[in-house]
Amino acid sequence: MIDISESVMQFLLALIVVGPLLGAVAALLPAPPGLKGKSPEQAVLRHGVTVTGVILIAAIVLALGFDRGHPSRMQATTDISWIPALDVRIHLGIDGISLPLVVLTALLTFLCALYSYFNPPAGGPPKAFVALLLVLESGTLASFAVLDLLLFFLAFETVLIPMYFLIARWGGEGRTRAAWKFILFTLLGSVVMLLGLLLIGIKAGTFDMVALATDNGRSLTASVQVIAVLAIGIGLAVKTPMWPLHSWLPEAHTAAPTVGSVLLAGVLLKMGTYGFVRILLPVAPDGFRTFAPYLAAFAVVGIIYGSLACLNLARRGAQGDLKRLIAYSSVGHMGFVLLGIATMTPTGVNGALFANIAHGLITGLLFFLVGGLKDRTGTTDLDTLAEETGAALYGKAPRLGGLLAFAAVASLGLPGLAGFWGEMLALFGAFKPAADLSRPAFLTFMAIAALGTLLTAAYMLAVVRRVCMGAAAQEVPKLADVRSYEFAAWTPLVVLTVVAGLWPKALLGLTDPAVQQLLAGGIR
Amino acid sequence: MSALAHPLAANLVQSVDWLAIAPPTLTAVVGLVVLVADLFVPEAKKPLLGWVSVAGLAAAALLLLPLLGHDRSTFCLTGTTRACSYTADRFTLIVQFLVLGGALLTALLSVTTLKDGKRRYPQGEFWFLLLSSAAGAALLPASRDLATLIVALEVASLPAFALVGIRHGDKRSSEAALKFFLSSVTATAVSLLGISFVYATTGSLYLTQVADRIQHVDGQLHTLAQTGVVLTLVGFAFKTAAVPFHFWVPDTYVGAPLPIAAYLSVVGKAVGFSGLILVTVVAFPSYADVWGPALAALAALTMTVGNVAALRQQATRAYSAVRLLAWSSVGQAGYLLVPIAAAGYTDDAQKAVGSTVAYALMYAAVNLGAFAVAAAVARTERLNRISDYRGLYARNPLAALLLAFFLLCLAGLPPGIIGLFAKVTVFSAAVEAGLGWLAVVMAVNVVIALYYYLQWTALLFRAPEGEPARHRLPAPLTAALALTGTLGVVLSGAPQLVLRFAATGLF
Repeated sequence: MIDISESVMQFLLALIVVGPLLGAVAALLPAPPGLKGKSPEQAVLRHGVTVTGVILIAAIVLALGFDRGHPSRMQATTDISWIPALDVRIHLGIDGISLPLVVLTALLTFLCALYSYFNPPAGGPPKAFVALLLVLESGTLASFAVLDLLLFFLAFETVLIPMYFLIARWGGEGRTRAAWKFILFTLLGSVVMLLGLLLIGIKAGTFDMVALATDNGRSLTASVQVIAVLAIGIGLAVKTPMWPLHSWLPEAHTAAPTVGSVLLAGVLLKMGTYGFVRILLPVAPDGFRTFAPYLAAFAVVGIIYGSLACLNLARRGAQGDLKRLIAYSSVGHMGFVLLGIATMTPTGVNGALFANIAHGLITGLLFFLVGGLKDRTGTTDLDTLAEETGAALYGKAPRLGGLLAFAAVASLGLPGLAGFWGEMLALFGAFKPAADLSRPAFLTFMAIAALGTLLTAAYMLAVVRRVCMGAAAQEVPKLADVRSYEFAAWTPLVVLTVVAGLWPKALLGLTDPAVQQLLAGGIR
Repeated sequence: MSALAHPLAANLVQSVDWLAIAPPTLTAVVGLVVLVADLFVPEAKKPLLGWVSVAGLAAAALLLLPLLGHDRSTFCLTGTTRACSYTADRFTLIVQFLVLGGALLTALLSVTTLKDGKRRYPQGEFWFLLLSSAAGAALLPASRDLATLIVALEVASLPAFALVGIRHGDKRSSEAALKFFLSSVTATAVSLLGISFVYATTGSLYLTQVADRIQHVDGQLHTLAQTGVVLTLVGFAFKTAAVPFHFWVPDTYVGAPLPIAAYLSVVGKAVGFSGLILVTVVAFPSYADVWGPALAALAALTMTVGNVAALRQQATRAYSAVRLLAWSSVGQAGYLLVPIAAAGYTDDAQKAVGSTVAYALMYAAVNLGAFAVAAAVARTERLNRISDYRGLYARNPLAALLLAFFLLCLAGLPPGIIGLFAKVTVFSAAVEAGLGWLAVVMAVNVVIALYYYLQWTALLFRAPEGEPARHRLPAPLTAALALTGTLGVVLSGAPQLVLRFAATGLF
């Protein structure tokens, strides 16, 4: 939109990746004179807001400087040799696929830092909290910005330790077990993924994603592609998470602090689906084609499984935990994303990428809201909240109730909000999958997935009914309504959800050319 | 008369390249000097001996510098065939650097241990034994004939037995030493038997000649040669603590003074794997179909047994920190063996073993670092249980952060970037050689290992029980920590510094 010179763009992208890391180191050092603030705690939390704010501004400037005329071209590229022995290059760059994810990550992390500034998480020193948050941001941003397979793996692993500590130190009940489950599942997946990445790199002679995508799997034999897709796919599927490898997710979400849940759902899961699109689709298309029907089948099972689990949790007397419910709904939503990718069509993949962003915005908002609800009522247990008649949030805290209803409705995919387009496009893609995929199979998947949208609507509305509605007893004290800092942290998500719903072209215009080229063979 | 004698003398007497053999020689000489000086130095000045040894090791490491870039050999056969007993090529220099650096760090740790231990350690003997063992370990990678290899192996091992049992009036210590001694001697004897078989079939002890001749062994002697190859590996596998030659490790590490345990875990392993590399890749390349699968099985077994045993350590048991490090070093030995096994399956064996060398350099730096922190903690917590590390961050933030970093390097997770990439090279050696199953076994092991490393790491940052008592670290320990910490951080920023050995020829 605005013309920024290439070298400035390069600098901005490098800053986005390295900046949070430097910020994390700085957070551990004592504050310099003049920046001491009221107390060391306040100073370090403010430091977190500043750093993530700078990164967000850099990401926005990067998005403004992005040449929208050529979203399929890698922009702001840097390519430096780092470890010649392993042929690892610091190759950074963004195109229409990664740019939205980079901005989403920067935005969500900033909102989390802002939220924590006013509502410091209990459980450990804020210093460590901010440092871990920044390392986490650096790792996620790096995984969307790097164009080298081994660097992608490095970025993929970087998020593990910070997230582990965020859950294990600042989490709620059952946090130790949840944190272990999170890290062991993901690590097991990612070492298997490493084997696949190495196989591709060794057989093709390069780890460079651009070169590999241009090659489009021509230098890899079919059997190598099949093995590599299986290995890499398992790693990514654990992260996404795909049914039946999802069992770490509900526990991690239930135990994680609000900020951890927001980032886990909002950006960490996206690393998995992004890997499918960025690595597997262009690099090993033949191998992917072999597994596409299975992936789609698992995705559809995930959609139905997630919805049924949510319906069960939303029942009266089921002792359902709201955070757990949202986590299961994530399994369903990510099922749509995987279904879209598995169709191997531009429509489906665009839908998947759209659903990715939409899920980040909406689920991020939902976790924020539930976190806010927990601060006020001290529980996320649906039965405790709703008691006999319903929690009557509309009466006790109308704005909070309204926001919750908004997020729930967005999540079920109401047309006009962000959740709609991605799922619809994914279903469209399944209606007419790529030429060499079995159409009847995908039609079946589509029909089942469509049923899933109905189930999603059912449980989301049940949640709204039980939490927001109900007869407010007169003697019950009103809950504090949305505070100003909460407004500040949540409004951007609400606005973006509406904008993406009403003006999907803003996003699809970015992703579509890049996806077209990716599927046709290669990134320029 | 003189005209006759001259060519004969030229045949028998050859000039020795003193510069090439300087690093191990200087180490040995300093050892002798310290032993003799011990007789004349008054009790109060004994710490001086330690500093002399540290300086000697540093000087020996510096003597590697002028050797860089030249392939020097000495003690060669004169005649038609050229074969040398001592070669200072890239491989030799890298391993010698590892050995001398490891010994230097051990010495730094020992200075504090000896000072704290007051009269329980005979100082002169301690330094003499450490330096002799280091000299043997430095000689080993340079040896290019089987006899010198065994001599070097023994020179490295024999003083180590004594070092393990050097604590006066410590039953555990002497029991550990005896256990270590008996099992080690058995392994060496088996190795010697193997070497004698090889000699019987080939008629030479020089590695290059053996490699040449063993390809054309008489059909009847073929089995003998095969047996010889396998038996020769045993002695070195013992030193790397590969399963099933590992049972001495935990008790020996616990019984030995902590710096000696660190020494065994790094330098002892270096001795083992460099011997294995020389024997397999240089001497018996044509028998790759024998030692390749054997080493692959050994690697898989070693890492699994080591990691599972480390996983089962109870945090509250006495000496559990050292026990865990001991078992984890067994697991790490498994990773070290993977590329050597892979060398048996690829055409580019040198590149594969380069991964072992690169991994060993990383492992040496971070494992010694972890031991340094353990030594620091052991000064106040005699029992050195893992549970004693709870809240270390509150007591000594820097030591806790460093230990966390070292452990994550060993686990191979960021921020331990060098650990991650060292593992990646090992993985890629296995994948490149088509050893997919071994790579998968290793992948599972990495996850198991992460569990106990991370559990320990997490403990460091928990709230301490009771009032944290702060202690000042003595200077030598601080120096050792600073050295290993800097190494780890620098390598994480520029992994190429060690990983380049995985990409080029070493011999």
